[in-house]
Amino acid sequence: MGKVIEVNGPLVTIQLPNIRNGEQVRIGKLGLMGEVINLREANALVQVYESTDSLQPGEHVEGLGKPLSVELGPGLLGQIFDGIQRPLKKIMELSGEQVIRGLSVAALDREQLWHFVPSANIVSGENLHGGDILGTVQETETIQHRILVPPGSQGEIIKHAPEGDYAVEEVLAHLKDAQGRVHELKMYHEWPVRTPRPYHSRTQSEQPLITGQRILDTFFPLLKGGKAAIPGPFGAGKTMVQQQIARWANADIVLYVGCGERGNELVDILETFPQLTDPHSGHPLMERTFLVANTSNMPVVAREASIYVGVTMAEYFRDQGYDVVMVADSTSRWAEALREVAGRLGQMPVEEGYPAYLASRLAAFYERAGSINTLSGDTGSVTLIGAVSPPGGDFSEPVTSHTKEIIRTFWALSKPLADARHYPAISWIESFSGYESRAKQWWADHIDPSWSHRRKQALSLLTQADELERIVNLVGPEALSSTQRWVLESANLIKDGLLQQSALDEIDSYCAPEKQFAMLEIILRFHEMGQELITLGTPVEQLTQLPDNSKIRRMKSTFGNDQSEQLQEFGNNLWEKLDKIRAEYASTSEIAR
Amino acid sequence: MKQLEYRHVTAARGSLLFLKGGAHAALGERVSIRDKEGTIRNGQVIRTSEKMVLVQVFESTNNLDIENTWVRYLDTPFELALSPDMLGRVFNGIGEPRDSRPPIVSSVVRSVNGAPVNPAARAYPREFIQTGISTIDGLNSLIRGQKLPIFSGSGLPHNRLAAQIVRQAKLPDDASNFVIVFAAMGVSHSDTHFFQSEFESSGVLRNVVMFTNLANDPPMERLILPRTALTAAEYLAYELDHHVLVVITDMTNYAEALREVATEKGDVPSRKGYPGYLYSDLAEIYERAGRIQNRHGSITLIPILSMPSDDITHPIPDLTGYITEGQIVLSRELNSMSIYPPVNVPPSLSRLMKDGIGRDYTRDDHPRVASQLYSSYTRALEARNLASIIGSEELSQRDQSFIKFANAFENQFIQQGEDEERSIIETLDLSWELLSRLPPEELSRVTEEDIQKYHSWDSSLG
Ligand SMILES: Nc1ncnc2c1ncn2[C@@H]1O[C@H](COP(=O)(O)OP(=O)(O)OP(=O)(O)O)[C@@H](O)[C@H]1O
Ligand SMILES: [Mg+2]
Repeated sequence: MGKVIEVNGPLVTIQLPNIRNGEQVRIGKLGLMGEVINLREANALVQVYESTDSLQPGEHVEGLGKPLSVELGPGLLGQIFDGIQRPLKKIMELSGEQVIRGLSVAALDREQLWHFVPSANIVSGENLHGGDILGTVQETETIQHRILVPPGSQGEIIKHAPEGDYAVEEVLAHLKDAQGRVHELKMYHEWPVRTPRPYHSRTQSEQPLITGQRILDTFFPLLKGGKAAIPGPFGAGKTMVQQQIARWANADIVLYVGCGERGNELVDILETFPQLTDPHSGHPLMERTFLVANTSNMPVVAREASIYVGVTMAEYFRDQGYDVVMVADSTSRWAEALREVAGRLGQMPVEEGYPAYLASRLAAFYERAGSINTLSGDTGSVTLIGAVSPPGGDFSEPVTSHTKEIIRTFWALSKPLADARHYPAISWIESFSGYESRAKQWWADHIDPSWSHRRKQALSLLTQADELERIVNLVGPEALSSTQRWVLESANLIKDGLLQQSALDEIDSYCAPEKQFAMLEIILRFHEMGQELITLGTPVEQLTQLPDNSKIRRMKSTFGNDQSEQLQEFGNNLWEKLDKIRAEYASTSEIAR
Repeated sequence: MKQLEYRHVTAARGSLLFLKGGAHAALGERVSIRDKEGTIRNGQVIRTSEKMVLVQVFESTNNLDIENTWVRYLDTPFELALSPDMLGRVFNGIGEPRDSRPPIVSSVVRSVNGAPVNPAARAYPREFIQTGISTIDGLNSLIRGQKLPIFSGSGLPHNRLAAQIVRQAKLPDDASNFVIVFAAMGVSHSDTHFFQSEFESSGVLRNVVMFTNLANDPPMERLILPRTALTAAEYLAYELDHHVLVVITDMTNYAEALREVATEKGDVPSRKGYPGYLYSDLAEIYERAGRIQNRHGSITLIPILSMPSDDITHPIPDLTGYITEGQIVLSRELNSMSIYPPVNVPPSLSRLMKDGIGRDYTRDDHPRVASQLYSSYTRALEARNLASIIGSEELSQRDQSFIKFANAFENQFIQQGEDEERSIIETLDLSWELLSRLPPEELSRVTEEDIQKYHSWDSSLG
């Protein structure tokens, strides 16, 4: 038994013989949970996951003999956990609307029975290894939970349970290893959150993560197993982009980590997702979703832990052979929690108060993304998407700049776009994707061989227009040639008609890849035919005043994802009309000649 | 043992008092400090160890001497006694009366720090509050349970705007009034007086609880004042079922007090000398707004803050914006054009608006009209900017009509009287009147049906 020596905010100095670094402790009368992060002579420094208000020197401390770990088994989906995996709905039943300190509630419900079906190869005498599938439980209508042999356990099956209903604590099989030790396998196991879970090997993913958001999928694609960041000033739309991804992405499982952000944003998901239908499975969206929440008013240290708690659960579903997406809003709050503890430890700050290890911690976190072959020979992936909240919207600050070096897809949000309510306010100039060359195969195979080419053309129009706008701002619009003015008009059409996509529009909230490409094609073709007409002498005004301009701008919310024929038809009418104009001008230019 | 008085001060600096350890002081514990003259000061334990206790003194340590200072540990955190009798009263930052009436006596006592609300227990705010102000109702709607700050600057009419909101705020089809909690930190006597007479003349004074710490009151008390005020608000909302509107002014003074203590303690600064934990500290305050499942009342929070040198990227507005559910930004430029309320439309935002307006709440076209006004007005501002560079004669016909639109928008939509109360329908109709100055093909954020229904394009105006 040890005791408290000093209380300094979330950092508590204790004296406890034989305590190990990384070990969890329970502190004081309230039983606050904490984790040893530093040993100094006879003392240990503990970061406490709960408020240390009212804690006194001299209160007792007890070591729990294990590092911060999560429970992995059926019953995670649909839940909302706090930063150290305590189930918040259960806590509400126990302690009301405020989170009482020192509560210890298991993440997985101990009472609930799950129908377990053993795998075909589960027979006595058979050898099992870590990662093998012991059996399955239909956790939700959408997701079949595969019960895994914990990595590290292995041996010969000496006893096993038949199909039936079990609670998570019941033993389903006994393994005897080479040393003669017996391992009890249950429906769940624990895993330390700061240790990445093992897999067989990494694979190169070629599958884009389809989010239904045009500027993401068509312009700055992300792959399953990839890593992406969304930096942006407050109110620019980071959370909305992440919620859109959580809603629409073609992943099997989505984990939403609210790290130091607003309570209402989590409630929003809890209230709306059960009512929404997963476009891919047709089941309620909540069946594939779960949440980790450490809101901005919850204790800072648990914020640091929440990211690891999240990614460990994500890896667990990956190891079952699923494609998992974890969105973290916001990684800046996690970094700030790190800074807070470092500051109190008296560690040397290097940039803006952040400790020197900020970059390596960030890199290690994103390294847990990836597409892998599981230990049982399946494939799975974890896609990591982190929001970044730079102070003052300044992308040169440490968290944004280090993150930018690590991730491959960068969705940069812009304040001027957000101010004009152009959503998603993702800048086509500052954003990038290092995955385009791999995504293009999928688009070529599934949508259209010219995807990559068309995408480049659209991006090039946007960059040209940017250049031209600079000229206009210096010398006025008169300096531009007709062709240049047409480029500006077409770029605006791309911005309004294609890039801008309201999450709140019933029809346009999700845009299927087919529709994304069809729209791109229509706009580019309109541009090209217009260009041709202008060379024939058609005045630009005649084209910009066509009522079709606003029809093109509205086609996103006019045609649903299942109305590709109507969209085609819309294009055909347009081409006919332009052909007529061409005929007119072609004949006049003929005469002129 | 706890009620013993100790004479064990080892050092005093600024607002910090260093004491010998050994009394088992608890973190956050309230202490009372008696000096040579017998005057009592209030303090709070902010760090505690076996060897040393650090106390932050609200009234500063001026005139304390080490030999003649006695400290008593009160064995409780800062607490507030709560009762319906608080309505109509004025208190200081720690809940002591300032109106020469007796203190509140009640068996209901709560720690002012509260405890974080379980996010799973919240209810998502959805009810539209009509403030009668077009720039808010039409473009940045306030929702019951929202935290929506006003970002202002010295000399701008944020107080008048806040007072107008307090006077006019109501649910369109609900007669029940808001109960008001007013918290002032470091503001002048005349500002406080302004609010007091506003409340009086609009007849709400009996429904107001005031917590004030004026410019010449001890600055450290500002660190606890918003917490005290929100504890009262929580009681009124969740135990007495009131809808509470909390106005806190000026959060900049709060943050400056926090910086002062942080510097004294030697905390690692992040930006502009503010401690790294400013974000979490502000969040502890702002996140106390909201709605809770199965509770009738709600807390709507309007913090006012002045942006140092009108800089929205300054840590105080910046971190506030990262926590609150939007912001109403005031513009010095509009103010100098005598436009009231000088709401700077582009950077203003209400995040909860999207779920509280439209068909079921205000009118079907509301979300699209708001988006269209934003889009057209920002486009117009670009045109105006271009005109200032190349001269307006050089602008295209289209751009010139946008500039005319912007002028009309500023003078008719943004501008309104201090006691002019526009219904949301009036605001929306006015929006269409202004949008009718632009040709329909420029309005792609609204639907064709909207245009048919509401748009009356008159090219002579454009
Ligand atoms: N794709 C979108 N479609 C429609 N509206 C959007 C979209 N993105 C953002 N918005 C609007 O912008 C507001 C702010 O977006 P959001 O909350 O996502 O910002 P944020 O970048 O997460 O800000 P913070 O850093 O403060 O959390 C939303 O409440 C919504 O009104
Ligand atoms: Mg956000």
